[in-house]
Amino acid sequence: MLTLTFFAILALALVFFVVGRSRAVAVVRGDVRLLHSRPNFHGTLAMLISAICGIAMLVVVGSLWAAWLERDLMAAILNADQNLSAIEAELVLSDARALASGGIASKTDPLREGIAAQVASKDAWLKWGTIALSMLFAIAGGIWALRSIAPDWRARNRSETIIRRILMLTAAIAVLTTVGIVLSLIFETINFFNNIDWQIHKFLFGTTWSPLSGVQAGKLDPEKVGAVPLFAGTLMITVIAMLVAVPVGLLSAVYLSDFASPRVRAWAKPMLELLAGIPTVVYGFFAAITLAPSIRNSGEAIGLTIASESALAAGIVMGIMIIPFISSLSDDVINAVPQSLRDGSYGLGATKAETIRQVVLPAALPGIVSAVLLGVSRAVGETMIVVMAAGQGANLTANPLEAVTTVTVQIVMLITGDTEASTAAGPAFTLGFTLFCVTLLMNIAAQRVVRKYRELYD
Amino acid sequence: MSKDIKISAKGVDVFYGDTHAIKNVDIEIENKAVTAFIGPSGCGKSTFLRCINRMNDTIDICRVTGDILLEGQDIYAKSVDPVQLRARVGMVFQKPNPFPKSIYDNVAYGPTIHGLAKSKAELDEIVEQSLRRAAIWDEVKDRLHQPGTGLSGGQQQRLCIGRAIATAPEVLLMDEPCSALDPIATAQVEELIDDLRQNYTVVIVTHSMQQAARVSQKTAFFHLGHVVEYGDTNKIFTNPEDSRTESYITGRIG
Repeated sequence: MLTLTFFAILALALVFFVVGRSRAVAVVRGDVRLLHSRPNFHGTLAMLISAICGIAMLVVVGSLWAAWLERDLMAAILNADQNLSAIEAELVLSDARALASGGIASKTDPLREGIAAQVASKDAWLKWGTIALSMLFAIAGGIWALRSIAPDWRARNRSETIIRRILMLTAAIAVLTTVGIVLSLIFETINFFNNIDWQIHKFLFGTTWSPLSGVQAGKLDPEKVGAVPLFAGTLMITVIAMLVAVPVGLLSAVYLSDFASPRVRAWAKPMLELLAGIPTVVYGFFAAITLAPSIRNSGEAIGLTIASESALAAGIVMGIMIIPFISSLSDDVINAVPQSLRDGSYGLGATKAETIRQVVLPAALPGIVSAVLLGVSRAVGETMIVVMAAGQGANLTANPLEAVTTVTVQIVMLITGDTEASTAAGPAFTLGFTLFCVTLLMNIAAQRVVRKYRELYD
Repeated sequence: MSKDIKISAKGVDVFYGDTHAIKNVDIEIENKAVTAFIGPSGCGKSTFLRCINRMNDTIDICRVTGDILLEGQDIYAKSVDPVQLRARVGMVFQKPNPFPKSIYDNVAYGPTIHGLAKSKAELDEIVEQSLRRAAIWDEVKDRLHQPGTGLSGGQQQRLCIGRAIATAPEVLLMDEPCSALDPIATAQVEELIDDLRQNYTVVIVTHSMQQAARVSQKTAFFHLGHVVEYGDTNKIFTNPEDSRTESYITGRIG
C-alpha cells in the first residue's frame, strides 16, 4: 500500500511537471524568450519539489508513526499479561499482526485476538494517515512551486541545485555504508581487546588459538587468542597461491598480448576471464574432492605423508583462481605500452624476446606489480576454498603438506558455530578488522603504483 | 660524392589487405647521401620506407612483392633474418620514442643486444660517440643516468637518433623525424642529418619541401603509390620534368 502511495506521489509530480510547464508558457503569453529559465525547467522544479515533499513526508511520518504504534501495542500487551518477557511480547505482537492480516499465527488465544483487533484498527489509521499526509504535502509543495513561477524565477538554477543534492545523497549512501562497516569493526575490536584486558600482544603474537574453549560468562582467556597460527596459515597459502598465479598469469598475459594471433586472442582471453566467473565454492570442492586426494595419493607413492586437507591443495587451487586476475590486468598494462616503443626496439634490430624482456616488461612493471598486489589481497581475503580444503585446526607449521587454517576460515567457524553470538563476535570482528587493514594497505599500495605508471605516459 | 648504389628497388608492390599501397616502384638510393621522399599524405612514402628494413613484417596484413637489394643482396630472401637486417638499417620514427630507461641505457640498448661492446669501458665509449654524433652529448653528459623521457622533444629525437647510430648501421631511415618538433629543434636535427651523411646513407621521409631541399641530395616524389619523379634535389625543385611534381612543389596539389 505504501509502495503504491510512493508511485502515486511520483505520478502526481509528473502532473505538476506538465502543469508547471504550461503555466510558465502562459505567464509570458507564449513568448518563452522572456523567461529566465526554459519552461521545461519550471516544470522540472515543480515536479522535484512536489516529489521531495511527498516522499520525505512518507518516510518521516511513516517511520515515526510506526515506531509510536509499536510502542503503544507492546505496552498494551505487557499490560494485559505482566509475566511476559520482552521477546515473548514481541512474539505475541507478530502473531497478532498475522491474525489481523488473515495469516497463520503460532497459536491463538484471547490475548492475541484482542491485540489483533487493536492492530487492525490502528494499522488502518497509520496507513491512511500516512498516505493522506504525504499526498497533502506533495500537493502543497507542488502548488507552492507553481505559484512561484514568474519570468525571472530562476527555476533552472534551483532544479539543478536539487538534482546535484540528490546525486550527492546517493554518493553519500555508498560512502556512509563503508564508514558504518568500518566503525562497527572498530567498536567490536575494541570490545574484544577490552575483554582480554588490552593484552593486544597476546592476540598479535600468541601462538595458541582456541578462543572459545573454557569461556566463562563471556570472558575470554587471553592465553588462547593468539592469532599467529592463523596469520602464518594465511601467509603460507597466499605465498603458494602467488607462486602458481604470478608466473602462469604473467606469461599468459605476455603470450596473449604479443604472440597470440588475433583469432587465438579473441577466444583465449574470454576463456581465461571465464575462470574469474567460476564461483569460489566450486573451486573449493574441486580442491577438497579432486586435488587434495590426488596430492595425497601421489605423496604416498613416493613415501610422503600428506594430510588430506593441506595448505598445498588449497594454495594451488587459489592460485588457479587468481590467474585470470593477474593475466587480465597484466595484459591490459602490457597492451598499454605504446606500439612506438616496440617499433623503436625492433628498429634497432632487437628480437621479439629482447623487446618484451627489456622494453615492454620494464615499461609495464608498475602495472604488473599492482596487478600482483591486487591478486594478493584477493588471496588473503579468499574464504570458500580454504574453508573446504585447508583445514580448521590452528596448528603452527611451516610444512605446506599439513593442514593449516586461515584468518577467514576462523571467522567462518566463529560465526557459524553454536557459541553465543555476543562472545564469538569479538574475535571474529577483530580478525575481520585485521584482514581489512591488510587488504586496505595492499590496495593503497597498488593504487599508488598505478598512479605512478600513469604519469609516465601522459 | 661517390656514385655507388646502396639500395636498389625493382618493381616493388605493397598491399595492405586489398589496398594496393605501393605500385611498381623502382628506385636506386646512393651510398653516403641523403635521399628525401616527398609527397602528399597517404602517397605511400612511409610505407616504402618501412619496406627497406622490413618493419612492415610486424603488420600481419601487409604483403611486399618485387626486389629490394641492399648492396646487391635481396633483403626479402629467405636467408635474410629481419632482425639482422634492422641492425644494418636503423630507423628513427616520427614521434620521439625513448624507452622508459636512463639516457645511457637507451643508447646502450642496441650495442648490448648485438654484443658490440666487449667491456663496460667500450660500451661507455660507444655511448659517448653516438651521443656526440647525435649532437646531444654536451646537453646530457651530466645526466646520463636520468630517464630519457625527461628530455625535451627535440632532445628526445636526437637521443633516438643517437640510439640508432649506436648499433653502427649502414643506413638510417627517418620517418618524418621533425614533424613533432619546434623550429629550433628541427634546425638542430637537420644540421645533424647533414653531418650524418659523411658516415651513413640516410633516407628521410618529410612533409616539408623546404626541409627536403635543405638536407637532401636526391629527392623522390611519391604520388598515389607511384614514384612520379626521382632525381637530384636541385633539379626536382628548380626544373621538375613531371607536371604533377611541379604542382606539388609549388603547392597546387597535396
